[in-house]
Amino acid sequence: MEPLLRIDALSKAYPGVQANDSVSFDIQHGEIHALLGENGAGKSTLVKMIYGLVRPDTGSMTLLGAHYAPPKPGEARRAGVAMVFQHFSLFEALNVGENIALGMENAPDRRALAAKIREVSTAYGLPLDPDRLIGDLSVGERQRVEIVRCLLQNPKLLIMDEPTSVLTPQEVEILFATLRKLASEGVAILYISHKLEEIKSLCDRATILRLGKVVGKCVPAEETARSMAEMMIGAELAMPGARDYQPGEVALELRGLNLPSLDPFGTSLRDVSLALRKGEVMGIGGVAGNGQDELLLALSGERRVAREMVALKGVSIGHFQPETRRALGMLTAPEERLGHAAAPDMSLVDNAVLTAQTRRKLARNGWLNMRKAASFSDEIIARFDVRTPGNHVAARALSGGNLQKYVIGREVLQSPDVLVVNQPTWGVDAAAAASIRQALRDLAANGAAVLVVSQDLDELMEMSDTFAVLAEGRLSKPRPAEGLSIEEIGLMMGGTHGMEPMAGATI
Amino acid sequence: MIRLERRKAPSTAMLWLTPVLAVVLTMIFGGILFALLGKDPFAAIQMIFIEPFTDSYSQRQLLIKGGPLILIAVGLSLGFRAGVWNIGAEGQFIMGAIGGGAVGLALYGTPGIWVLPLMALTGAFCGFAWAMIPAFLRVKFNANEILVSLMLVYVAENFLRAMVTGALKNPDGRGFPESRSLADYASAEMPMLIKSAGLNVGGLAAIGAVVLAYALLARHRLGYQIKLTGQAPRAARFSGVKPGVIVAATMGISGALAGVAGLFELVGPAGKLTTNFPLGYGFTAIIVAFLGRLNPIGVFLAGILMAATYVGGETVQFALQVPAAAIRVFQGMLLFFLLAVDVLVAYRFVLKKEAK
Repeated sequence: MEPLLRIDALSKAYPGVQANDSVSFDIQHGEIHALLGENGAGKSTLVKMIYGLVRPDTGSMTLLGAHYAPPKPGEARRAGVAMVFQHFSLFEALNVGENIALGMENAPDRRALAAKIREVSTAYGLPLDPDRLIGDLSVGERQRVEIVRCLLQNPKLLIMDEPTSVLTPQEVEILFATLRKLASEGVAILYISHKLEEIKSLCDRATILRLGKVVGKCVPAEETARSMAEMMIGAELAMPGARDYQPGEVALELRGLNLPSLDPFGTSLRDVSLALRKGEVMGIGGVAGNGQDELLLALSGERRVAREMVALKGVSIGHFQPETRRALGMLTAPEERLGHAAAPDMSLVDNAVLTAQTRRKLARNGWLNMRKAASFSDEIIARFDVRTPGNHVAARALSGGNLQKYVIGREVLQSPDVLVVNQPTWGVDAAAAASIRQALRDLAANGAAVLVVSQDLDELMEMSDTFAVLAEGRLSKPRPAEGLSIEEIGLMMGGTHGMEPMAGATI
Repeated sequence: MIRLERRKAPSTAMLWLTPVLAVVLTMIFGGILFALLGKDPFAAIQMIFIEPFTDSYSQRQLLIKGGPLILIAVGLSLGFRAGVWNIGAEGQFIMGAIGGGAVGLALYGTPGIWVLPLMALTGAFCGFAWAMIPAFLRVKFNANEILVSLMLVYVAENFLRAMVTGALKNPDGRGFPESRSLADYASAEMPMLIKSAGLNVGGLAAIGAVVLAYALLARHRLGYQIKLTGQAPRAARFSGVKPGVIVAATMGISGALAGVAGLFELVGPAGKLTTNFPLGYGFTAIIVAFLGRLNPIGVFLAGILMAATYVGGETVQFALQVPAAAIRVFQGMLLFFLLAVDVLVAYRFVLKKEAK
């Protein structure tokens, strides 16, 4: 049978990078096809070409037997290709119906559209109220708006870019049910992800990209997550070994931490309490936007709270500035690498100075010792295997994984008593992620207390000794991580956002 | 098809070439301007850009004119690096001259080598204090320092007018709106250090400020925090930089430097306070700061170049009878072209065949 979309030897080069190198594969009608690859493997460029955002240098595409070369996304949509991006383009001050109408070329009148939204969203198990404001919706519900917006165009091919990174396990199951129903009706789905377990359970076939080339094709159900990961990175994965968990005395204590959010769409922290012990890795799960950013700001000292709300080794430090906290042994690594954890246009040496001035004694009477800073920077690069032409290059020139290794290395090598990291492996390739996790566990094994905030449950399960969930600004009671099931965690998240699994859905 | 393509990293070569390119473009379009005015463009360009560097009288004028520009621009560039936009250096310049001048006028006739240093310190303090008004309002109430510092220029100009017709008016001046002449007061005279180079105390202060600012930015914690705040404000807060401190420090330094520049201008070329005292150095220094890439050494070179356009501009005005405004147009053109060619630092032109 003629495939829905055939991609033939597509290539695209950017200055200095061959993003796609003669990529060929095809997508059948009604198939859920996974596109797998590490960050920088060329997945985004490829789907942007299919969606008409980027033009290929060479190669061709055939959709339903006809030549297909969309010059812009509007043409792609007309031809039946729709895409749900990882980052939503919704106006928070408008309601669901208005947002959907904005994206349409010939929007029907408001009442007809509202009825249509209700009909389509209910039919696919993603109930939506067209009159609600986007600003009041959870991330999962916002994603539904984007999906319903696509479904209204009756697409033949739906592209989903990392759709589950923002969802709770329950929301993921509902999404999968929807996607399976769509596939059964003949819609093809191109599913981009690096979460291998999901791909195994959802996708019919997979195409694996590495460094812009197709390096393998497989049927995910017949593979293991590990074998697919190894195809993806082209090397064997190093899994962190088991570790003896011998908790010592309390290193970090939060006592009824309250912090109002400054962001109108942020979440205020409410009565967050925990006790983190020496040698312990505590994982904090939860969907982004439930107070994670606020928690990090309160711990790093970028925002100050009442002094007794945060205690480090028994000393109240809630009112201390970041530098004072570092001097006392508490270090943090924020989620956003470029612009928060590191200054993009400054050199790696300058970025070493960013947090290590005090503990590595890089300054004396206010004057910086740049030679010492450079040697500290070299130490980070060597110990954490940061791939860079040198320590003089700007932080933005490094790939995400390498910069993350640098940022984590910078904190770990300052021998903290307490290290708090947010999303330590977000957007990082599997090999770098494994080495970052290992470094954090080694740090704990040497007696430091480590707090890992992450949305990646697999990561938290793999690393943590104890586990808690941050939901709507409240922290659940930390529990031993061993023996927790994904279902229990999902319930701890409480994050079903009023969703009921679709009646009669096959999951 | 010619397209703009983003460079992978900003080009260092272009960073230093673009000011030169801007000067060349200004020469070309300035020449066209002069030709349209019916003047010989080549003679005009030669008088503005070449003669100040070859003629010995003009050479001496370069540092004398350039000194205050460099002094102000070095201070401004520190703030601009941190994203603190002090647009009111002109006002701080005026207040420094009034404050320091008032000390000189109060002591008028009293001999002593401490008189000039005392005047300079007062001038610096008055410029500092004037700059702290927008700094305080920004830190306390998040008021826009661009607007506040700019509006304070007009306040300072009116204060000057009030002073020269009031408290600081020359009692023997038959009612003219001006102060006594400080040029006639030996202790308040600015010592000339190297006559052949035109290096006076003001010029030395400018060179000193360049060296200190360079060391501050390259090696000192405050300089590091200034750069960090400008480039990545969130990273700066994460690092532990207190934003208010940076606003106050950069505003204060630039205000003090502008104030002392005003005082030097008063005891040097101007000689006395009049309503014509402000020459717009505080605004021209903004161009100098950007032309010099906000780098102290670049600012020094740019200050000399800008002084050349002043010195040469006077010659052109006199020799070719062009209006005084023409030279301001010229300086404006220079900033305009600089900002326009700036795109080449981050982008490059590529010739590319249209993809089919």
